[in-house]
Amino acid sequence: MTFHGTDWFLLSPELVLTTAGLILLALAPVFRKGHDEFVGFLSFLFVGVTAVFLAIVSAAPARHAGPILAGMFVVDNFAVFFKFAILLTIALTILASIGFLGSAPYPSVEFFALLLFAGVGMLFMVSGSNLISIYVSLELMALSSYILAGYFKGQVKSTEAALKYFILGAFSSAVLLYGLSLVYGVGGKLGLTELAQMYAGTQRTNLVVLGILLVLAGLLFKIAAVPFHVWTPDVYEGSPTPVTAFFAVGPKLAAYAILARIFYVGFPKFHADWGLIVALVAAATMIWGNIAALLQTNVKRMFAYSSIAHAGYALLGVLGFQTPFGLWGILVYLLAYTFMNFGAFALVIFLETRGYAAETVADFNGLAKRNMPAAIVMLLFLLSLAGIPPTAGFIGKYYLFTAAMKAGYAWLAVLAVLASAVSLFYYFRIAAAMFFSEAEGAPMKGSFALTAAVIVCAAGTLVVGIAPERVLEVLRHCVPGTY
Amino acid sequence: MNLSQMPILSIVTYIPLVGALLIVFLVPKEKTGTIKMLATVFAGVDLLVSLPLWFAFDRAKAGYQFQERASWIPSLGVDYHFGIDGISLVLILLTTFVGFIAVYCSYTAIHERQKEYYVLLLLLQTFMIGTFCCLDFFLFYVFWEVMLVPMYFLIGVWGGERRLYAAIKFFLYTLAGSVLMLLGIIALYFYNTTGFLGYKGLGHAPTFSVEALTAVASGMPAELQVWLFFAFFFGFAIKVPMFPFHTWLPDAHTEAPTAGSVILAAVLLKMGTYGFVRFSLPMFPEAIKTDWVLGLVVALAIIGIVYGAMVTLVQKDMKKLIAYSSVSHLGFVMLGVFAGNMAGLQGGILQMVNHGVSTGALFLLVGIVYERRHTRMIAEYGGLARQMPLYATYFLIMALSSMGLPLLNGFIGEFTILQGAFARNFWWAFFASMGIVLGAAYLLWLYQRVFFGELSNPANAKLPDLTMREQLTLAPLVVAALWIGLYPKPLFDVLRTPSENIVRSLGGKTMPPPAMAVKAPPAPAAAETGAGQPR
Repeated sequence: MTFHGTDWFLLSPELVLTTAGLILLALAPVFRKGHDEFVGFLSFLFVGVTAVFLAIVSAAPARHAGPILAGMFVVDNFAVFFKFAILLTIALTILASIGFLGSAPYPSVEFFALLLFAGVGMLFMVSGSNLISIYVSLELMALSSYILAGYFKGQVKSTEAALKYFILGAFSSAVLLYGLSLVYGVGGKLGLTELAQMYAGTQRTNLVVLGILLVLAGLLFKIAAVPFHVWTPDVYEGSPTPVTAFFAVGPKLAAYAILARIFYVGFPKFHADWGLIVALVAAATMIWGNIAALLQTNVKRMFAYSSIAHAGYALLGVLGFQTPFGLWGILVYLLAYTFMNFGAFALVIFLETRGYAAETVADFNGLAKRNMPAAIVMLLFLLSLAGIPPTAGFIGKYYLFTAAMKAGYAWLAVLAVLASAVSLFYYFRIAAAMFFSEAEGAPMKGSFALTAAVIVCAAGTLVVGIAPERVLEVLRHCVPGTY
Repeated sequence: MNLSQMPILSIVTYIPLVGALLIVFLVPKEKTGTIKMLATVFAGVDLLVSLPLWFAFDRAKAGYQFQERASWIPSLGVDYHFGIDGISLVLILLTTFVGFIAVYCSYTAIHERQKEYYVLLLLLQTFMIGTFCCLDFFLFYVFWEVMLVPMYFLIGVWGGERRLYAAIKFFLYTLAGSVLMLLGIIALYFYNTTGFLGYKGLGHAPTFSVEALTAVASGMPAELQVWLFFAFFFGFAIKVPMFPFHTWLPDAHTEAPTAGSVILAAVLLKMGTYGFVRFSLPMFPEAIKTDWVLGLVVALAIIGIVYGAMVTLVQKDMKKLIAYSSVSHLGFVMLGVFAGNMAGLQGGILQMVNHGVSTGALFLLVGIVYERRHTRMIAEYGGLARQMPLYATYFLIMALSSMGLPLLNGFIGEFTILQGAFARNFWWAFFASMGIVLGAAYLLWLYQRVFFGELSNPANAKLPDLTMREQLTLAPLVVAALWIGLYPKPLFDVLRTPSENIVRSLGGKTMPPPAMAVKAPPAPAAAETGAGQPR
């Protein structure tokens, strides 16, 4: 394998972000505690620079030449979309973490460095077009995530979250790796395109189907689909809340990207084998995610189950791969989900950093009186999560329901819309607490960084909801393999 | 001024929204007087601006008027498309009329969080008018859903004791129905374009246009029509509400603040019946001509009429009593609409307006006495006619209008509906007329217990009679009731053309003969179109 000049160029966003993480680590001895804001804004700046490089790369004709690094790394529109979404998530996470870390007794430099490394892993993941590069980058993301989950090491719950995440994550990685090895063993190739060509010319064997199902199981772990979801509530509850916000969005984006890429590019021939299984998993995920969320009193656990339910909706798009709405729908939905879910978590963080635990729904009591704009924005995110128009969540869900109908899963679409209607019940418990409760208290003001994150999320939720055309048109051309 | 040159429907729709935004951003919440004034002005201007629609509307012209069309999401084929026919015209005027009254009647009822209250009322107004204007399914769905949000908060913040329960129940019930409707819309969309579930699509360009999809839907195979009819049915029937989906209604009505109840009764419930008239009837004629489908819907309507009236009879709470009476009245509307002939349809639509006027007024009246006594229990009252003669008079007029006394609006609606039902099937009319008898019973009995007898409860001894403002809120409704009761022709004129279109789309001539409608298979027989149409 030889490097060409253009390869370095196409890899520049990843390289910049890696360098940024290393610089932060080098700065760690200098900036111990007390410089959290500076370090935070520095990391934010790094992410911004990465985004600029990404923009340059995405505009360059060089990326259209096809996969580079011996077919391991591809910068198609699909990857570019996910890279932007991931950088957005990381930037939002940084903004949401600054105040939060400032009030905690832990150094922030390593925190941001780990976040950037997780980002590097995700950027490589979404570009992976080879089983090995996908797996290695997934592990980079996962290892950074385990440490982030346990970052508040003095808190038992945080440590517990890290341990659970690590053990179950490692287990699921092993399952994934085993599946990949079977797929490789039968196909004899590692590149997704080559694998697809190889399978197209050979008989379907049970061994390869087993391999595919194991790969599927490993990825369903990462997106927290039932029955591979059990780690989610504990990890989400125990992790520091900005990390939870990140987990609920970032790794899911990346995992959906490789799920889509592997199954769309690599295994289209075996749709009949995995279709029904994915349909059943989606049904179970939507039903259990929503029912379990109904039973939660802890807000973070509730959002954990709600994110499980959302993973179920997005699986409808996976089922609709062959329809024009399937992959398009996933992209639209994930974008909407990034804005609305991160926004909701940002409001939970807002309450936490203001001295409120934001552990139970009751902590939202009277928020409308204490800070009306915050309550209204939270309401917007809740409406969007519940799929009420005119919000991004509605547009996203609309696409997914459409994909399911078009793909012939009408029963699943009926189940999905009803599950979605039920979800309103638990989302609106928070709305009721914010607006109906008479609790009094001092007015609250958010920090600058957090407010900025919330405004970005709210703007995204509204724009995708009310004037989606531009976004939709761009995303329409982001199917894997298109440039 | 040429109305057709202006986006008049958008103007009518968004005036309240502009008012709401002005209040949000410009008026501090302590200045309640300014807030009330602004809200009243904007609701009033909206009413005034909507009036020219009535005069500029061309009664003879088929199709939609005052159309506005712009591309919204071209990649999906979604348009921002407004336009009205006679049916929507009547309901839009009802909305602006009742919306103004709802703002005006709240001055003394609402003391807390007034800024939010009036903002929500105005927002609700915008969303309701928008729903009636939509000629694009996607846009319609957006308005239809988003309307729930302000209503949820109106009930939840300013409602009675069980307001939390009532608010979320209202939201969840209607949402559950409407998401199924969304799937129906998606199915229609695919049938028109690329097909789905083994149905070969027509290959047309993607669109959500109501006109285009209505034409497409009415040509669908019967079994698909039945499926889609039920997808839409849940959305509309829950909103109406039809038995057995009505249980959210008494809770929502009872807990909502007065203005909320008035709007719920007068406009929100009409969304459901409007949906049936605008969408279900013209789109799924084959489904409606299917015996078991029609039988089921009519049976539910008749159960609603009779059961609703019987439950009303035993209520101890005035507001709940009127809430349950809505179930019965809306059953009438459904019966008329599904009779599918000119009399039934026009009567049904007219009865929507009548119910809005009469029941809206009754909720106002209950709200007035509740403000004074803070109880709605019938047993707490008695002999009020001595203490509050004006109030008793207004109440009597509206109760009589609600029970269908000749010369008042309810009579025209119920009579026409019964005429239409009778033309289809004697038994439909027979059972429905039992509802009228029961209706007279519960209203007169209510009146007797509240207004006649001795003024035995000392708490009522010093109740002041209606103020000038209260009279001003009630008088327009009384005028409307009398006008419709004495001279309904203008309304029938407006409704005739769209109703004829619907009856024609139902295959007016191929309707089964009246007496055989339920049992016998449809046979080509005597034309029902136009028969029994009041002149």
